[in-house]
Amino acid sequence: MKDMHHVDVRVNGRHHELVVEARRTLADMLRHDLGYTGTHLGCEHGICGACTVILDGQPARACLVFGVQADGASVLTVEGLADGEALSDLQQAFSDHHALQCGFCTPGFLMLIEAYLAEADPAAELTAEQARELIASNLCRCTGYQGIVEAVLAIARARRDQRGAT
Amino acid sequence: MSSIGTRLPRKEDPRLLRGRGRFGDDISVPGQLWARVVRSPAAHGHIESLDVTQAAKAPGIAAVVTAADLPAGLVIPVRLAVPGPDLGGYLQPVLARTTVRYVGEPLAVVVGEDPYACEDAAELVEIDISERAVVLDARTADSHHVAAELVRGYGDVETAFAQARQVVRIELAVGRHSGVPLEPRCLLAVPGPPGAGSLDIFGMTKVPVWNRDLLARLLGLDETLIHVHGVDAGGGFGVRGEFYPEDFLIPWLALRLGCPVKWAEDRAEHLVAVNHSRQQHHRIAAAFDDDGRILAITDDVTHDNGAYCRTHGVAVPELTVAMLPGPYRVPAYRGRIRVVLTNKTPCGTYRAPGRFEGTAAREHLLDVAADQLGLDRIELRRRNLLGPTEIPHRRPIATLGTDLILDTGDYPALLAAAVAEADRLGYRAKPAGSHALHGFGLALFVEKSGLGPQETADVTVSKSGAVHVHSGGTSVGQGIETVLAQIAADALGVDPGVVRVTAGDTNAQPFGAGSWASRSTVVGGSAVHLAATAVRERAVELAARILECDSADIAVRDGAAVVHGDLAARLTLAEIAQAAEPASRYLRPGEPAGLSARRRFEVSHMTYPYGAHAAVVAVDPGTGQVRVLRYLVVYEVGRAVNPMLVEGQLRGGVAQGIGGALFEEFSYDDAGQPQAVTFIEYRTPTAAEVPPVDLLISTDAPSPGNPLGVMGAGEGGVSAAGAAVANAVRDALGLAGGVGQLPLVPSRVRELWEGLS
Repeated sequence: MKDMHHVDVRVNGRHHELVVEARRTLADMLRHDLGYTGTHLGCEHGICGACTVILDGQPARACLVFGVQADGASVLTVEGLADGEALSDLQQAFSDHHALQCGFCTPGFLMLIEAYLAEADPAAELTAEQARELIASNLCRCTGYQGIVEAVLAIARARRDQRGAT
Repeated sequence: MSSIGTRLPRKEDPRLLRGRGRFGDDISVPGQLWARVVRSPAAHGHIESLDVTQAAKAPGIAAVVTAADLPAGLVIPVRLAVPGPDLGGYLQPVLARTTVRYVGEPLAVVVGEDPYACEDAAELVEIDISERAVVLDARTADSHHVAAELVRGYGDVETAFAQARQVVRIELAVGRHSGVPLEPRCLLAVPGPPGAGSLDIFGMTKVPVWNRDLLARLLGLDETLIHVHGVDAGGGFGVRGEFYPEDFLIPWLALRLGCPVKWAEDRAEHLVAVNHSRQQHHRIAAAFDDDGRILAITDDVTHDNGAYCRTHGVAVPELTVAMLPGPYRVPAYRGRIRVVLTNKTPCGTYRAPGRFEGTAAREHLLDVAADQLGLDRIELRRRNLLGPTEIPHRRPIATLGTDLILDTGDYPALLAAAVAEADRLGYRAKPAGSHALHGFGLALFVEKSGLGPQETADVTVSKSGAVHVHSGGTSVGQGIETVLAQIAADALGVDPGVVRVTAGDTNAQPFGAGSWASRSTVVGGSAVHLAATAVRERAVELAARILECDSADIAVRDGAAVVHGDLAARLTLAEIAQAAEPASRYLRPGEPAGLSARRRFEVSHMTYPYGAHAAVVAVDPGTGQVRVLRYLVVYEVGRAVNPMLVEGQLRGGVAQGIGGALFEEFSYDDAGQPQAVTFIEYRTPTAAEVPPVDLLISTDAPSPGNPLGVMGAGEGGVSAAGAAVANAVRDALGLAGGVGQLPLVPSRVRELWEGLS
């Protein structure tokens, strides 16, 4: 007998109710039960970070979280970043700085960076070293990371300037 | 305005950034079952029994199959045959029947309703293997483990060595590592309606038409019954898209069970199942005259190919010895390579196959030689580089079935540019006040690209005015949709935004030869150029007929045919496409309808880009840790269709090259058990290990071999990374000899340092 549980979760602002096996990972639940296939699985042991989502405001590796642990939680996935048809500023910066090639690791980087920038001191300047340290949490096999570093720095600066202007 | 040469944002980006990519495991269909491959836990042994009784009874399991269920004698043939050796006895069976030869070899497949249930059931397969002795060191293996021996060369090597003023020898081992793309492999096979015998396949890439044809042959099907769909792929690097056991098993199971079957590899599987690469031991020597000029080079290489010869056959060993002389004037040369079978994962290509290894051996030898000859390391190279008047240079060596003709370039000029750039950036200035040891390393290399024999492209303007490109190339993350759109837009006179590229779909392009060997822009791009040019010519012809003017007065600009000197006379490509519909009064009897062309670009020789890498490293002698502080790539590509993408290819290549030089290694214990089975042990570099990469992309030497003048950019970031890093570490440590082996993991560096004192 499978050990099934009821889960009540909000994904990108949309409410879902479903029944999942206790051992089902949040990543599999998002991808295969709810259709949010933008969250990717690169290692399933918590190293590569391709499956990073924002779980109640915190970046989390969805391969290391069970679906049932997201009961009552709010999840933001890559599908929730863009505003309608317009890319988010960070997504646009990734394209501008050629921060992606195959794009498989990209959702994880976007979610990691979004979570970081949401928490970071808005007044402090992000250095290239800090940007590298941040994105060293995840693996990319295509880009050599330089475009990702440039995109993070550009957006951190742009958002700081924006706050300063308002 | 030409779109070739512009930094056009990638057409792939919006969907990938929004999570709307379509990777293999993103595609699911109703009624789909999942498969789990049961793999050998032993490195070598006789299969006494394989009991699937309990597994088959497990909840949710539909089938468990072993070799006994498969057609007898099923092996995966070689795709890239090298003339000479018969590899028939070394090919990998789809499932092991009596003997296992590496940990991870497929033994059985469990199919069930969800992947969790399949993993549970796979654990219930009872495997009884009587283990045998393992062969893990290719150098000491008996001669009956040698699958092939290849010799490439020319000239009188013996006399040259006998007459030399100085002979310099080193040994260099290159570690076993591989592409390791971020997306593991995935396949979904969907059978057609009962009785149709057809299959839709998602997840094959790189060479989908070749794979389709092989699958059809193995299944006894007409090849047009199989439709391989183009999907996004999370990195290729040589390993993804070759025909592996799973490429037969999953479609075969789908047909046998009459329902869709999906297999999504996990990372632990990937690291033991996908092609490994690179593991070689070089004993390289060079003979020099009084002026430090090379008289001859010999290299005696042992190539650890793992347990079987897979689809690449012995192409990697052949490329190693064929490409080894590089950009130098080498009057006599002999490269000998023994391909040895060991009880490890079988090997294939990984980005810059044979060149990463051979360049490391040759360039490291040159640094040691310069010191022994009392010459500056750069000056030694300068003296030996082929000069511009010696290009094209024909080496009496064949590789991949083509003659090796270094077709274009000015190697000394590129070296001068690289040295000037490194100096301008301060690479050779020793930093003060640091207790780490600093070193500078430089390496030169020749790449190859644009392997034929052909690529085919169809270009069609539809009635809306959209331009459809159906290419035989495939998308593996390199940006092929963008590059081919730029090439089509340029030839046709449209904005690249209206071009839609379909790549890797066997129905859309049944004659495709695929994306590998840095061939997509060169060969695939040239085919698109020819087809788009033909469509433009056809559009002009039709426009002249419709507008009743001379076709010589018509040009196609901004998606419309315009008449010189008559601003009012203008027809959009959409209008011309509509006028080319069947029954149109503008079509002549017997003329094909539609505004479309299929063209094939054929080429019998490769084109050879070339470059230099320079690295600055800091070595901590206490811990043995090596940090790459700065990295420069200077690369001649003939013409850059999209400079941003060329830069991306080079930067990404450098990161992989640094991985192979310092971190990544598939190691094994004495029983042949793999020791790198997660991303904890198999260390691909993070942003903390990869420095910003300085680039100098040169377009001074357009390729004479294709209409675009382009050379491939996919591999030049990797080729000389092992060499440049090894040379920089040697420089930092002040070694008299070579570093001996790659990767330069801390324990190895400490050994080298302690050996000095």
